[in-house]
Amino acid sequence: MPELPRIVITGVGLASPNGSSLPEFRQALLSGRSGVRRYSVRHVGETLAGVCEFDALRWQKRKELRRGTRAGSLGIYCAGEALRDAGLELAALPRARTGVYIGTTEHGNVETENQIHEVAQYQFDLSYWSHHHNPRTVANNPAGEVSLAFGLTGPAYCIGAACAAGNLGLIHAAQMLQLGEIDLALGGGVSESIHTFGIFASFRAQGALASHADPARASRPFDKARNGIVVSEGGCLYVVERLEDARRRGARVLAELIGWAVNSDAADFVLPLAERQNECMRAALARARLEPGEIDIVSSHATATPLGDQQECEALRAVFGDSARTRVNNTKSFIGHTMGAAGALELAGNLPSFQDGLVHPTINVDELDPACEVRNLVLGRPQELGRVDTLLNLSFGMLGINSAVVVRRAGS
Amino acid sequence: MNREEIITAVKDIIHTIAPDEELSNLAADVRLRDQIELDSMDFLDIVMELRKRYGVQIPEEDYKELATLDGCVSYLGPKLQGKALKVGV
Repeated sequence: MPELPRIVITGVGLASPNGSSLPEFRQALLSGRSGVRRYSVRHVGETLAGVCEFDALRWQKRKELRRGTRAGSLGIYCAGEALRDAGLELAALPRARTGVYIGTTEHGNVETENQIHEVAQYQFDLSYWSHHHNPRTVANNPAGEVSLAFGLTGPAYCIGAACAAGNLGLIHAAQMLQLGEIDLALGGGVSESIHTFGIFASFRAQGALASHADPARASRPFDKARNGIVVSEGGCLYVVERLEDARRRGARVLAELIGWAVNSDAADFVLPLAERQNECMRAALARARLEPGEIDIVSSHATATPLGDQQECEALRAVFGDSARTRVNNTKSFIGHTMGAAGALELAGNLPSFQDGLVHPTINVDELDPACEVRNLVLGRPQELGRVDTLLNLSFGMLGINSAVVVRRAGS
Repeated sequence: MNREEIITAVKDIIHTIAPDEELSNLAADVRLRDQIELDSMDFLDIVMELRKRYGVQIPEEDYKELATLDGCVSYLGPKLQGKALKVGV
């Protein structure tokens, strides 16, 4: 294979239930602050969720906000913040050569549920069905809204990849840059899922919806008493560039993307499979030309479902069991499962470790499930490593999609 | 509803649909689209809101009657007769 261009991250924009910028988010992760709260949703009633509080009007007018979707709004906020973080002037963007690749777990459920609710008030008279339904529910909606908001005329579309989608948006951005299809990319993922009752009801029907008297303690991957997923909204987009382009414009490089892999279990609609996860991690490491023992932090995917965490831990033990250097943490324990945004957000939460040398922990483990024992699992409070050079970010999803991304500190 | 109420009703709907627009100085005899930013999707929103709030069904061939506030008053007047003004819905 020919030598491909090196790919770097030069900007991050994010909306997390516990922070609307990377510094805020990082601070929350280091201080143990959860973003999960009590939440009520149509037909489901009182439940828990991770809710974002970003300023949607920073990058959108009220009319645009009204016309678009929550996923679109999350995308626009993250894109605007990422471009600013990367030091890019909107007026000087290579508009036709900028790609927008947004991972989504699902899209369209929110608007469809809303419309059905609306026409139900009018005995299903479809003259009350909104003309906004189609543009809001098309699968490219969030990316299309970003393209409209910033006048980006290059390729802009979404990548449906269940809960692996955040990683997939980033991977796709890197691939398109390496192919020379574009010169600048916004890649990552978003999720508006808390605005649909269906996702809560379906997880509940599956016995996989978290409940706890204290919302902040409800998302508890690896804990013996874990009882399911906290559904959350969120978004995270990266500005991704070829290293040579970033250097040419004197950009600050946050990390280099050195490896990735995507594979499929081909086994079950919902159940994960340790063996394929193992293969996915090893494939990403091989592309990065690293051994497991050279990874400093593994950002685990674990969602706090009984079987999911167990399978992932089995895969982690198989790949990293011999690595004394590798630490494992989990971000969902703070923010719940941000679905399409999860992969991108969880990587972002770890990126500052290249500067501060800390590993944020997984919180809410009162009693570690013996089936989830993993070497160097960082529990409860941050651990100081002094120097962090490499991260492996895991994100898995329904229908058996697995993804792994390897990044390393700039200049290492 | 009288003329003033119909204008209030229409402006309130426009305010919901185009919240960034200043509506206090709208001329009644000038096309709305020449005074504020309203596209065809917004116009469909106005029609939908009239339907939801007042049960007024407006066939597509009559949309042109709603081009100005004066047009709204003449066209909607008979249809809104005896109906109560609903604002800030």
